[in-house]
Order: sequence, then structure tokens, then C-alpha cells
Amino acid sequence: MATYDFVFDGLGLRDWCDAGKTGEGLVSMADLLAKTGVIEESTIWNLPFPSLDQLNEACDSVAQSRDVTKGVEDGFLAAKDALRFVLDPLTQPLSWFLDGALLAFEAAPWWLMFPVLMAIVYYSSKSARLVVFVTICLAFLAFVDHYDHAMQTLAIIFVCALLCVLFGVPIGIAMSRSDRLQRMTIPVLDMLQTLPPFVYLIPLIFLFSVTEPKLYGIAIILYAIVPVIRLTDLGIRLVDKDVIEAADSFGMTDRQKLFGVQIPLALPNIMAGVNQTIMMSLAMVVIASLVSAPGLGVLVLRGIRNLELGVGLVSGLGIVLLAIILDRVTKAALDRVNAAQKH
Amino acid sequence: MAGNIKISIRNLYKIFGVDPKAALEHVLSGTSKADLLKEHRHVLGLKDINVDMREGQITVIMGLSGSGKSTLIRHLNRLIEPTAGEVWVDGEEVLAYDEARLRKLRREVMSMVFQKFALLPHRTVAENSGTTLKVRGVAKRIYLGEASKWLDRVGLHGYGDHYPHQLSGGMQQRVGIARALTSNSPIMLMDEAFSALDPLIRTDMQDLLLELQTELRKTIVFITHDLDEALKLADRLVILKDGYVVQQGEPQHILLNPNDPYIEDFVSDINRARVLRVRSIMIPLNDGGIPPGAHGEVSFDDTLESIIARSGGDTSHTYVVMRDGMAVGKLEMTSLVKALVPRVASESGARNY
Ligand SMILES: Nc1ncnc2c1ncn2[C@@H]1O[C@H](COP(=O)(O)OP(=O)(O)O)[C@@H](O)[C@H]1O
Ligand SMILES: [Mg+2]
Repeated sequence: MATYDFVFDGLGLRDWCDAGKTGEGLVSMADLLAKTGVIEESTIWNLPFPSLDQLNEACDSVAQSRDVTKGVEDGFLAAKDALRFVLDPLTQPLSWFLDGALLAFEAAPWWLMFPVLMAIVYYSSKSARLVVFVTICLAFLAFVDHYDHAMQTLAIIFVCALLCVLFGVPIGIAMSRSDRLQRMTIPVLDMLQTLPPFVYLIPLIFLFSVTEPKLYGIAIILYAIVPVIRLTDLGIRLVDKDVIEAADSFGMTDRQKLFGVQIPLALPNIMAGVNQTIMMSLAMVVIASLVSAPGLGVLVLRGIRNLELGVGLVSGLGIVLLAIILDRVTKAALDRVNAAQKH
Repeated sequence: MAGNIKISIRNLYKIFGVDPKAALEHVLSGTSKADLLKEHRHVLGLKDINVDMREGQITVIMGLSGSGKSTLIRHLNRLIEPTAGEVWVDGEEVLAYDEARLRKLRREVMSMVFQKFALLPHRTVAENSGTTLKVRGVAKRIYLGEASKWLDRVGLHGYGDHYPHQLSGGMQQRVGIARALTSNSPIMLMDEAFSALDPLIRTDMQDLLLELQTELRKTIVFITHDLDEALKLADRLVILKDGYVVQQGEPQHILLNPNDPYIEDFVSDINRARVLRVRSIMIPLNDGGIPPGAHGEVSFDDTLESIIARSGGDTSHTYVVMRDGMAVGKLEMTSLVKALVPRVASESGARNY
């Protein structure tokens, strides 16, 4: 009847197959079609791929594809409680940081926030022009009443990028010191970077409740931590071998070498990584509005859902402005580091 | 001039590769560097090195590129670990040192100057120069003071607040030297320290080093591939080829008695009149009597070039050689002319390898 009957008959497995028969509980589409008289003629041109479903038709003992998806789901749900038990307390501080930062950024009045941001921009870039530019952009956002949302987005980026640097730099340093660790870590980083952001959200939604900030916090950090790790590792490995040898010849300890030579000389690369990390946090915080991350992304999402073209476009412009600000400021800081140590 | 033996290298072997110990057996049983590479995929870095370096002297290690000079000097402070052999410094076996003792040696006994300067680009000249004290935990105020003293000494007064990239190559290497001097270590290792500099600047730096040396009397191990530089600086010359010592000794002696075509090739190209000195070719006076018919007195340390100028090219002259006001020998112009001709002229095939 089915295309692949001959395989099981040929292998003498018919009895094993029939043992798997569970009666006529579930009926396949092909069976129904056959009953209604539409008989598909099998030729070499419509030979189906020997998929699970096709083999199941020939032999009831073979599992169907839907059993596989079901199995994965069951497996995940079974592991979920154990995973939660471990991950929940570990990641709880992330929720507190995010809540705290959101609260602080929202509570701070704009006339306090503006000078603080201006001071930060000036401190990191030492450029008055950039301060003026940033102020104009922020003032524009505030003027069109997007200030609160912009601050929420900034608060989330602030926390996530900071944590990325806090964890990413040490991981990068560890990788630069051990070829084995590097070989083990790179595939993980490759995977984190190539997975489309939506794909990570799925397991995370099942693990944590959607109302908790750490859900999007983790998604953003996983996505954005990759460049800072990679570039820290690369930066330290690229430090001039002659300078390292000199450091050794003067009897520096590993610690003196790390903090006095390797990190300072790798700083341009590390800063380039931080710049990319911040930009990727921004990209992800917009997507994370799907899982209740507040900020400009919520407005974009509203624009899409309700087809409110104006709302979507204006908030989109807001995101672009934020992106430009963050990029310019980190690049300016990077240029300063570069200028200080050209050869 | 002959101080105590400060550094002593004994039967040192270095083989690069996955299993140096096994390869060492082949070398000990006579496999050559080329065969070791071809048949066993190991590089013979150093082979049976025995060198003594005296306190207060400049020992120059010379050889073509790839002859193992850098490998050798890095064994002294164990930047490279040997495959076999011993390195003694001040009567102690350096290879027996544990990590802490080795670090102390690197911090207090030996300092190094590098071909590519190897300065820290993010630190000022003064901070760079003070690095060798900073690693010992010396307070910033003190090491900056020491650093600026030595920067003045190498001719960089007022450059303390500059960054290395603002200086020329010659000035950067002066910082490298100041950094080594700031550590106040008795031994200085210099790996092709002047090779990256322009010829004129290189001459300046050589003069600077000699001037510092007359005052400081450090034990200096200086590496170069340039014979002129070697002859100018060396109290003692060690010539390396393919990882082994071809000849070592007093530079003038090597120049007059090269024991290998490799060295003859090296020495055939230099201006011998400028390098050789009267003391190397004079005939000593045994009875103390002044030879009759001398045309004048010359100094023990005069170069042959200055004698030729004095004699006006007349090969029949004879001179009395004076040292510290005493007549110690006689110099005949005919032997001077003979000394000017290399035993093997450069055209006659010393370049065949
Ligand atoms: N880490 C290493 N691995 C393998 N071979 C090496 C290594 N370091 C040096 N060598 C080899 O040892 C020899 C001597 O090198 P080196 O000491 O750098 O020569 P030099 O300083 O005289 O130019 C060369 O043949 C070089 O290829
Ligand atoms: Mg070298």
C-alpha cells in the first residue's frame, strides 16, 4: 500500500511493524484520500522522501514527526523545573538591576538628567560639539514627548551593556590565556551570534515568566555579549609580542603584565567591542518589546500592531537618534584611546 | 681590565620542536642542523655553547641572522629554557632558580634592551623609563626621580612627559637604554639594540654606550650582526654560526687569525686600518732597549690608519711603541702593510657558502 512497504518486507521486519499497530485511532490524510477514491499513482517522479511520516505509513512501529516535536517539548518541560530551580535565583539580581535602573531613570527629572548625560558625554569624548549634538537630539525626543520611553530604553541598555562588559571582559581574558578554552567558547559565541534573536526568546519564555524583566535582560545580554568577548580575546592576543617579552624580562608578575600591559594595549579593541555590544543591546531591546520590555520598542510595536504609521515612524526615528548618539559617544571615546597609544 | 667571571655558559643546547630531548640524542651523535631539520623536523637553535663573560666588559655576540644570537641571550634571563646545559650568574646556577628567585634576577640583576625598543605606548617616556623600578613596587615619586636622572644622562632632558610615538627611533632607543639603566642592574643584555637605527644615529648610540660604560663598568652582553659595530664595542667577541661558537676571543686577535672561512668572509670586508691597533701587530721589546734608527714614537692604542698618515706612506719606517710613557715594542711599516691584507682576500672565494 505505502511506498516503503518493500523496505520492511525485504528486511523481514513485518511482524515487528504489525506489533506496533494501535488500531485505527488516528487516520492519516493519505488513508482518507484513499477511502474517498482518490488514488495517487506512485511513479518515480512523485517518490516521497523516506521521512518519518512516510515510513510510519509502511510500518506502524516507526515514530511520526509529531512524536518528535512532542518528545522535545516533553523533554524541555521535564527539565524546566530543574533549570528554573537553578537559574531563577541566579538571575534574580538582573531583575532587580533592571527594575532599579528603570525606576531611577524615570524618577530623575529631566532637568537633572540632561546635565548628567551631558557630563558623561563630555567626560568620555572630550568634545563640546558632540555634547551639543547629543543635547539637541535628546531635546528633540523630549519635545515630541518620547522622553520617557527613550529613558526606559537607555536604562535597559545601561544595565545590560554594563553587565556584558562586566562578564565579557573577564571571559575574553580567560580565552586569550587558554587555547583550549578559546576552542570551546568560539562555537558557543558563533551560535549566539548567528541565531536570529527571536529563536532565543522561545526557551526563555518557557523558563521565566513574561512579566519578569530578567527575561528580556537575559535575551539582550546573550545577544550583545558576544562582540565584547571576542574583541577582548583578540585584543589581548594581538598585543605586541616584543612588549610582552620586555615585560617578562623586567620580572613583571602575571598580574602586573595583565593590568599594566595587556589590558591597556588591548583597550582599543576592547572599546570597539563595547561599542558593538551597546549597538546590539539597542537592536535587541527593540525586539524584546515583544516580551514586555518597555521603551521606544513598545511604540514601534504599537505602530505595527495597530497600523499607526505615525507612531511607528516617530518612535523609529527616536531609536535611530539613540543609536547615533550611543555610537558617536563610544566611537569618540575609542578614538581618544587610539590617539593615546599609536605607535 | 680582566674582571671576575660574571656569567658562565656551559654545554648549552637548545632544540626547537615537539620532542627536543629525543632530538638532542641525534645532535649528540653528530646530526647536523640541516639534517636535523630535514629528517627529524627539529630546529637546532644552539649547540654546545661554552662562553665566559667577565665583569665590567662588553661581550659582543656576532653572527648572521638565524645563527642563534637572540636564542642565546634569552637563555641568560631564561626567557627561553635550554634543552640541556648550565647558565651560571655570580656563581649561581640560574636554571635551578624557582619562579620567585628568577623574577628577582630579572628585576635586579639583568635588564634588557630590545631591537624594536618595546616601549609601552600608553605610558610617558618617564614612566617607561621607570618601569623597571615600578615592577619592584618602588613608589612613583622615587622611580620617576630615578628615571629622569637617567633620561638626562642619555640625552633626553625635558622629554619625560612625551609619549614614545612622539620621539624618533634613536630617541626611543635612548628611552630603552634609560629604562635598563634605571633598574641599576649590574648586567645589561642588548639584543641588536642599534640594528633598527640609521647609520649616523647608530654611531651616536655606540658612542653613548661607550661613554656610559667608561663610567658605569657594567657587564654588557651585546648582540649584533655588524662586524664594524662588534669591533667598535667589543672587549671580547664571540662569533656564532648555525648555533655553535666558531671562534671567540679578543677581537683584534680574531681579526688577524680567523680560524674559519666564515669569519674570513666576515673580516675581509672591513676597513682593517681603522680597526687594527698598534698593540696587535707590534713586536714586543724584550730587553727594553730602544731600537736604533726609529722614525718616532707611536702609542700602543693608535690605529694603523693614524700611523699610515704619519709615515706618509713610506714603508721603510720603523716606530717605537709607547705605553704609559714606556717603550714596549717596535712597529715596522712592512708588517703593518702585511696586516692590512686579509689572509684570504674577499674576491678569492670566501663567499662560496
Ligand atoms: N620558537 C622557535 N621555534 C622554532 N625555531 C626557532 C624558534 N626561535 C628561533 N628559532 C630558530 O632558531 C634559529 C636561531 O634563531 P635566532 O636566535 O632568532 O637567530 P638570530 O637572533 O641570530 O637571528 C633560527 O634558525 C630560528 O629559525
Ligand atoms: Mg635576533
